[in-house]
Amino acid sequence: MSEPRVERPGLYYPKLPTTWWLRNTNYFLFMLRELSSVFIMVFLVLFLVELYRLSQGPKAYGAYLETLRAPGWIVFHVVALAFALYHSVTWFKLSGVVQVVRVGERQVPPSLVTAASFALWAVVSIVLLWFMVRG
Amino acid sequence: MSDATITLEVTRYRPGHDREPHPQSFEVPFQKDWVVLDALNHIKDRIDGTLSYRWSCRMGVCGSCGMMVNGVPKLTCAAFLRDYRPGPIRVEPLANFPVIRDLVIALDDFMEKLRRVKPWIIRAEEKPVSEGEYRQTPAQLETYKQFSMCINCMLCYAACPVYGLAPAFVGPAAIALAYRYNLDSRDEGYRLREPVMSDAVGVWECTFVGECSVVCPKGVDPAAAIQRSKLAGATDWLLSMVMPWGGRR
Amino acid sequence: MPGEDGYQHDLLVIGGGGAGLRAAIAAAEESNRLSIAVLSKVYPMRSHTVSAEGGTAAVMRDDDSLDTHAKDTIFGSDFLADQDVVETFVREAPGEVIQLEHWGCPWSRDPDGRVSVRPFGGMTVNRTLYAADKTGFHMLHSLFQTSLKYEKIVRYDEWFATSLLIEDGTVCGVTALNLHDGRMRPIVAKAVIMCTGGAGRIFPFTTNAAIKTGDGMALAYRAGVPLKDMEFVQYHPTGLPGTGILITEAARGEGGHLKNKDGYRYLQDYGLGPPTDTPVHRKMELGPRDILSRCHIQEHQKGRTFDGPYGHYVHLDLRHLGEKLIDKNLPFVRELARNYVGIDPVHEPIPVRPVVHYMMGGISTDITGKTSLDGLYAAGEAACVSINGANRLGSNSLTELLVFGARAGRSAARHALERAAPRSNPLAQLASDERRRLDQRFLRVDGREKIADIREEMQKAMESGCGIYRDRATMEATCQTLAKLRERFAHISLADKDAVFNTELIAALELECTLEVAETVARSALAREESRGSHTRTDFPKRDDARFLKHSLAYRTPDGPRIEYLPVTITRWPPEERKY
Repeated sequence: MSEPRVERPGLYYPKLPTTWWLRNTNYFLFMLRELSSVFIMVFLVLFLVELYRLSQGPKAYGAYLETLRAPGWIVFHVVALAFALYHSVTWFKLSGVVQVVRVGERQVPPSLVTAASFALWAVVSIVLLWFMVRG
Repeated sequence: MSDATITLEVTRYRPGHDREPHPQSFEVPFQKDWVVLDALNHIKDRIDGTLSYRWSCRMGVCGSCGMMVNGVPKLTCAAFLRDYRPGPIRVEPLANFPVIRDLVIALDDFMEKLRRVKPWIIRAEEKPVSEGEYRQTPAQLETYKQFSMCINCMLCYAACPVYGLAPAFVGPAAIALAYRYNLDSRDEGYRLREPVMSDAVGVWECTFVGECSVVCPKGVDPAAAIQRSKLAGATDWLLSMVMPWGGRR
Repeated sequence: MPGEDGYQHDLLVIGGGGAGLRAAIAAAEESNRLSIAVLSKVYPMRSHTVSAEGGTAAVMRDDDSLDTHAKDTIFGSDFLADQDVVETFVREAPGEVIQLEHWGCPWSRDPDGRVSVRPFGGMTVNRTLYAADKTGFHMLHSLFQTSLKYEKIVRYDEWFATSLLIEDGTVCGVTALNLHDGRMRPIVAKAVIMCTGGAGRIFPFTTNAAIKTGDGMALAYRAGVPLKDMEFVQYHPTGLPGTGILITEAARGEGGHLKNKDGYRYLQDYGLGPPTDTPVHRKMELGPRDILSRCHIQEHQKGRTFDGPYGHYVHLDLRHLGEKLIDKNLPFVRELARNYVGIDPVHEPIPVRPVVHYMMGGISTDITGKTSLDGLYAAGEAACVSINGANRLGSNSLTELLVFGARAGRSAARHALERAAPRSNPLAQLASDERRRLDQRFLRVDGREKIADIREEMQKAMESGCGIYRDRATMEATCQTLAKLRERFAHISLADKDAVFNTELIAALELECTLEVAETVARSALAREESRGSHTRTDFPKRDDARFLKHSLAYRTPDGPRIEYLPVTITRWPPEERKY
């Protein structure tokens, strides 16, 4: 955070209320996106533990999976998946804005970059899914 | 002309008299081609001459008349009463700025930041005018044109919660203008602007809410300018780590 | 804001628009020993230069020549321009637009990277540089942002100059009101440059921004400097009905058509034909503004215009240009038409009518920007250096503010370098006197007159007497109304007695300025018994070179303006009949 500003007498300095993010939909969606990181972080921790358990052998791994079958964890994973998807969608939507792609002298329209990003995402997901189903 | 009216709830603040701003209601004639600014002018001319606000061109290019209309930053010369029927319409000073009086906000903070990003062409060597213009192709012009459309109306600052929470943030318009010069084929000042851009209160302060680009009346998309500057800054940093003898640009 | 020296500078520029900023930069480049201040009642980037759309004329290509630009300008002026000044103007124009290119102005470009040029009214060849249709906006912001580079240039943003300080016949600064705290201060300078723009707001229906109230003209006029050629008021043929928002001439330069209610390109009936599909220089829609505006009125008198809630109008048809060209070269036209009249020019014609746009007249200066008052300079629309004469050609004014802004900046800088600093003690006294004057005039009295009433009556009187067509009887009535309004103004009443950001006080000061400027327009117009350029008298329909090939000068007297005359400088182009 930055230095507090010097306030001049006579001027009225408005304060942003802590509920500012409830003022409009975009602010709210932004806060959701920020919040999504918490769920994704917890999921990643669980995943690391899962890998660790896997390294300890089938028994430890099985026990861990059993723990995760508890309804609470299932609910968590559904919510985390939803957030992960939301985060990914917003991320890919921004890709067109952030990454300028040029072909020759012309700039590729951001919408096309975004669409390409989504397409790539879909392809990678399908490939992964195929590996999982086959394996 | 009809007898219909519409109510404006206008923020009043008299320094030295009021502790804090408060709304005052005015009933004005409803005209279908009136903008909020016309209603304010009607109030000033016919109801209460003490109401203070800024305006000038009334055609959306001078950038004077930005205010919060029903909580959203707008140029009041382009906000039609008919879009807010039946009212009342809340008219407040731009959010996140200190208020001087009524609807007039203090701009000196932005003016200082604008100068800090060096929004002018920087060259190692200036070409004499006698040697003519710099050649610039339409495509080169196109790369920065959008970011040169900023009218400094401050709507983006009013929409930016980061600026509201951390007023030292250089902010959307100033960064967009710095980026505009960085992109200009005639400019060689990237290195000189970089310290301001990658400063603690520069581009990295932005959390990409994106509302600045939503409210921009000129389609400048400052959010894109900031994110792209982050990407350029990060790439630069990475290259300087990999190739300490000199990265890009 | 003021530096260490408080409110003392070598050079003070009043007005932060194109001319003011160009002058300040020129002075800064002239000498790094100078302390330069720019004082403006608004932040510089709000200045009205921002609204200019179409372009900036300069000879840039091999098919063009300085003489052709000069001849077009002089011809357009109906031979009232000073030809030596015009020759200097066209000579220095290319350098100025290139300088602005070096300062980052995003001029539109040809495929080979050169700056593009487009046709414009009254010009024989394509010589108008442009930045799409936001040329003034880009020029102003380029100048303003470039001015930030010069630490020597300090700014007084949102200060209103109320009077010129004069000692022993020499200007030594101004008194100015800081809007932010309401305090009056003397700002001392060895030279002052007035770059305060025109006064379109003396009329009810104008493309001009609210700030265009002739403040600088009035300040100079009160100090005894004459206002030159004030009767010449330019109507732009294409403004939006109701608001008066400008639809640029570039729309016609790109090939737009003016059509009456029968869909007929009526300009062919007024000697501007023949109509062609692609635009031909100086013909049809590319005729000069004064003539096109008169054609509109005549067309109306024939009953062939549309009638709307805001008076008669015709159509500006751009549909045949296609969406691609409109979006590339006229995006602002599309934006304005969509926002303000709900019409998309790609699919529908735009309703337009003539609207007050520009004052050819202003503070009388010589070719260096110097006025008759020692230490006072002027440039831009506020000044009349006399390149526009009786009718300005579109796209010459943006060039004018560059060329003569720079000239005024340089000559005022040299003047300041030669002079000793004025003594500031008596000046502080003058400032407190001025504050007391304003208090007594506006804040301590309870008058009965309202600002809005006087303003509206003045504007109505100006429109009726000093519009496109003029005659003695209505002009005399206008003069009488203005004299009465001046008396009524003494009884003005302000509701706002606060110090901080008192915009009502500013409105009163502006109104006082507009009233004085309006009187110079009406009196000069009444005295000029001929028709020339934008000044068209139904009672004197012919140009009269024998009596009126001269500039009028309006001097202030307690009973209103006194009109004198000054010869026009003719160098190589003897007056001839002006036909297109």
